Amino acid sequence: MSTTKSISMLNPAILVPALRDAFVKLDPRQLIRNPVIFVTEVVAALVTAIFVQDVLGGLGAAFSGQIALWLWFTVLFATFAESVAEGRGKAQAESLKRGKSDLFAKKLLFPEQKDNRACEVISATALKVGDIVLVEVNDLLPGDGEVIEGVASVNESAITGESAPVIREAGGDRSAVTGGTQVISDWLKVRITTKPGETFVDRMIALIEGAKRQKTPNEIALSILLSGLTLVFLIAVVTLYGLALYSGTELSVAVLAALLVTLIPTTIGGLLSAIGIAGMDRLIRFHVIATSGRAVEAAGDVDTLLLDKTGTITFGNRMASEFLPVSGVSEKELAEAVLLASLSDETAEGRSIVALAKADFGLSEPRIVGNGTTSIPFSAQTRISGIDIEGRRIRKGAVDAVLRFVGLDKAQASPEFNKAVDAIARTGGTPLAVAEADRLLGVVHLKDVVKPGIKERFAALRAMGIRTVMVTGDNPVTAAAIASEAGVDDFLAEATPEQKLDFIRREQTGGRLIAMCGDGTNDAPALAQADVGVAMQSGTQAAREAGNMVDLDSSPTKLIEIVEIGKQILMTRGSLTTFSIANDVAKYFAIIPALFLVTYPQLGALNIMGLTSPQSAILSAVIFNALIIVALIPLALRGVKYRPVGAAALLSRNLLVYGLGGLVAPFIGIKLVDMAVTGLGII
Amino acid sequence: MSLIGWLQIGFVLIAVLLLVKPLGLYMAKVFSGERTFLSPVFDPVERGFYALAGVRPDKEQSWLGYTMGVLLFSLAGFLSLYAILRLQNVLPLNPQGFPALAPDLAFNTAASFVTNTNWQSYGGETTMSHLSQMLGLTVQNFVSAATGIAVAMALTRAFICSGANELGNFWVDLTRATLYVLLPLAIVVALAFVALGLPQSLDASFAATTLEGVQQTIATGPVASQEAIKQLGTNGGGFFNVNAAHPFENPNAFSNYLNIIAMLSVSASLVYAFGQMVGSRRQGWALLSVTVIMLVVGTGAIYWAETFGNPLLTAVGVDPGLGNMEGKEVRFGPAMSALYSAVTTGLSDGGVNAMHSSLTPLGGLVPMFLIQLGEVLPGGVGSGLYGLLVFAILAVFVAGLMVGRTPELLGKKIEAREMKFAMLAILILPLTILGFTAISAVAEFGTSSILTPGPHGLSEILYAYTSAAGNNGSAFGGLSANTPWYNTTLGIAMLLGRFAYIVPVLAIAGALVTKPRVPASSGTFPTDRPLFVGLLIGIILIMGGLQFFPALALGPIVEHFAMLAGQSF
Repeated sequence: MSTTKSISMLNPAILVPALRDAFVKLDPRQLIRNPVIFVTEVVAALVTAIFVQDVLGGLGAAFSGQIALWLWFTVLFATFAESVAEGRGKAQAESLKRGKSDLFAKKLLFPEQKDNRACEVISATALKVGDIVLVEVNDLLPGDGEVIEGVASVNESAITGESAPVIREAGGDRSAVTGGTQVISDWLKVRITTKPGETFVDRMIALIEGAKRQKTPNEIALSILLSGLTLVFLIAVVTLYGLALYSGTELSVAVLAALLVTLIPTTIGGLLSAIGIAGMDRLIRFHVIATSGRAVEAAGDVDTLLLDKTGTITFGNRMASEFLPVSGVSEKELAEAVLLASLSDETAEGRSIVALAKADFGLSEPRIVGNGTTSIPFSAQTRISGIDIEGRRIRKGAVDAVLRFVGLDKAQASPEFNKAVDAIARTGGTPLAVAEADRLLGVVHLKDVVKPGIKERFAALRAMGIRTVMVTGDNPVTAAAIASEAGVDDFLAEATPEQKLDFIRREQTGGRLIAMCGDGTNDAPALAQADVGVAMQSGTQAAREAGNMVDLDSSPTKLIEIVEIGKQILMTRGSLTTFSIANDVAKYFAIIPALFLVTYPQLGALNIMGLTSPQSAILSAVIFNALIIVALIPLALRGVKYRPVGAAALLSRNLLVYGLGGLVAPFIGIKLVDMAVTGLGII
Repeated sequence: MSLIGWLQIGFVLIAVLLLVKPLGLYMAKVFSGERTFLSPVFDPVERGFYALAGVRPDKEQSWLGYTMGVLLFSLAGFLSLYAILRLQNVLPLNPQGFPALAPDLAFNTAASFVTNTNWQSYGGETTMSHLSQMLGLTVQNFVSAATGIAVAMALTRAFICSGANELGNFWVDLTRATLYVLLPLAIVVALAFVALGLPQSLDASFAATTLEGVQQTIATGPVASQEAIKQLGTNGGGFFNVNAAHPFENPNAFSNYLNIIAMLSVSASLVYAFGQMVGSRRQGWALLSVTVIMLVVGTGAIYWAETFGNPLLTAVGVDPGLGNMEGKEVRFGPAMSALYSAVTTGLSDGGVNAMHSSLTPLGGLVPMFLIQLGEVLPGGVGSGLYGLLVFAILAVFVAGLMVGRTPELLGKKIEAREMKFAMLAILILPLTILGFTAISAVAEFGTSSILTPGPHGLSEILYAYTSAAGNNGSAFGGLSANTPWYNTTLGIAMLLGRFAYIVPVLAIAGALVTKPRVPASSGTFPTDRPLFVGLLIGIILIMGGLQFFPALALGPIVEHFAMLAGQSF
């Protein structure tokens, strides 16, 4: 994560090309996508024409010239904001492209012959879907695909920025490989699944560069509001010409243009696309690739978060937490026996038993010597494991399997044994029975351990208004216990992929938006159905294609950050819109008295800022209007901070800062600009 | 300003607030199709109407069907009223033998009454036959109000239903609004008016001998019944030219109270009914608070400006003790005139008990601004509620984003489609008002009607188009609006202000009704709290202020500063 974060927005390497791009973006064909700024550009061109006419006519052109200049600045600042937002992404895309160039592929000539490795070397761009390629040590993967044979460690840092290599192997959930990554040991046979030019890296480049960036639904709705406001002010300004004429003032085009541009929401209009681009960029810095801005926006709206229990809420493995002996057996005795039985058990559960026995009873690890020792490995059929050592036959395993080993029914087992087993099951744990020869020794309590700090995260989510639902294959009793320990709002026990999908559909018909993450192929339908489906980069190709985001770090809790980024984008838009509209009040107080000073000197009473002259007042308003865009670029790129304090508190805070602030700030700002303009003798 | 004045204002508003709950609950029942205590009486009548008209009351309409119903019905009403006015000389019940109305005046009047505006370019008692008044104008007073209620109910259902397509049946809503709401209330209020001394007669006039022995003809007619529906339907068209300042329309303090209460009752109760129907009475109260707060502030502003008086008159020796009494009735005084003026413009009633043109500049600015805010305080019957909801949509859109969710109102997502139609609706007012005002202010055919030159003349024009587009109907009296230009353009402004607003509103309803209703969570922006009340007030004020500030600056505002500087025009 740290590798990409270090590129700062205000790096000259970004600013200089951004400045150049800002001019390129002045092309009206591009600018028309942004109606507010497009209108500003048209008005700027109009005033420029008047300035030229004034100059040619030998009239005093200083005023119209300066107005025209600042109107152009307004447009430029807006396009500059967008280029800066795109800047870092472009730099990152460049480095991705460099990595992608000159990829070649070793295409197998006889893929149907398993042992025939004859291949031809072709350019990666010539690959077709379905081709089988061989990738050996130090080769770069020529495209996206699925491993069909072999195991290898792959360095995916080109995409994830994570330098530790990952294992890729045929079959299972780790079979997907990405073009541009490098095999650093062993070899793989890969079936190409994506056409060159549409690979993950290609999509990433396109996304980062913003070429495919389309307006999100909310952005479209906001653009409609802004265009509507622009029309309202156009009506107000054009009709003002008539009303002024009645009052004995003929207003010049330059001042009407100045009034119009200061009133229309140029601040938010100029920064709107930068906010969206910066949001996507923030997501990329969190190592999440979204396939569409729509998904990021939906993330801000998520009502329900569907989280897998294993690996997300709990550590993936159950751990021993307690030894419960039957009567006649001491706790230490049980611990000793089960320690012996677990010595050669390399599973996480086995290791946790060893660790607990050592920690609680200070037992040292006995040395296993002699040939009388046989370890019995766990198998799915027997569901039992253990050791035969020095004539002792110790076994541990599932309760019914161990009972069968000692030749007892559940009813025949001692009551305290059954009680212990039930108690463990009730609290959501797994009982592991332990026996020696035909004697039951007791039970080990294996527990799903909830990750520390996860409860607080869920509480924060609840404060955001988001429900968390835990999905698990466990039985309802176990699930309920973990659910209450982790503090989730609901759970889905004994969940099959179909049930997951049904659950999502049911929630969606109630109008809720669902986010989930998954990695397996069987998660794919649910990922596709969810409004926000985050696939793990480590997952299968099917899962990665079904989701609308890919998490390069494969960390399921990242959903929470994704939601926050989605909310931040929306909040930044709302705050700047409010700010922009509130600004207009001060601009009226600056410009209206200035326009009519000759006809109605009484309106001078509205000049509460005490601006020097009509010209300086109008120019100051225009200058302020342009400068505020630049001043707010950092905020637009950084985003308004999201705090999980509930909607009402959040709103009152933002209303105070951006609503009231937007009302007051321009009064001060315009006055300051006026003082500067007057002091410098510009007018 | 005096304590007695404020007590009177408080008394009237509290009386309205007491009425709001029972009347609101009753209307919620009526429009949810439930039985009420009046059902035994009206149910057979209602079913008779449906049978006669071939309406299937259980068949609901999509937004397009509903809109077509509204437009066709209004068109039919417009054409028949136009015909009556053009033919009144040959129709019966014309005791004074008034001639037919000129085409432009008939167009203006028909547009005016079909749109619930009741702009009157004529003096009622000297122009209209009894038939025109009763069969023409009064019918529209009922059904134009009922149409407004129907549209508001269609929009309400868009918030109630989840994933549906239908908004209800226009013909049923129209019938029920008239039969169950307006008619019974009108009967009660008319009888109360008669008891308070308003005439109710089919005679044209009676003769009186004055103290000096001169014979005088005094116009009369079915005043009490007209007055009742004029207020209940927020129509505002008076039987007499001077409206509720006339001693027969509004003889005393009590009739004045009743006028204001009747005016506010239906509109305010509809807002409550909205809350009840969408399952959140708090939401109803929140919206009502917006209107009450703004009305009190508006009233206070007029009251203050009027008691402040006119320093120019004080300078020539007029006692400033009573404030500015020009154009006011002594029996009402500044407080009740201020309240009436604020209410009649906050609502789209338009009836007056004091002459708005004679208010001080700031006192006159307030009523004009209240109309320009969109007639939502609480607005015309029905039209106020849907106007208020359009602003609520705008408010949650801008501010709702600030809580980090895409905006939603009452669980319905506000997206591009809703925004598009909301902006279309919002645009109508500035486009119509400012557009026509600017043309009238520079063209000879516009300026020639002005009584007072200078800023006040501009205010007269601005007020006329504001009143027409806002479907209010009150006027700054100086303007001679009975000219072909004003009759025609004001008529167009009224039609645009009504129907170019209703169509987008119903389109919004059509879009919202199909959406699922998202359950609220702690991340949802609460729209039933004081914060939202403040926000909505802010949005209404800023939107109105930003649109109309330049125009107002050249009219009443400059006039105010000129008055302070001792200058008159």
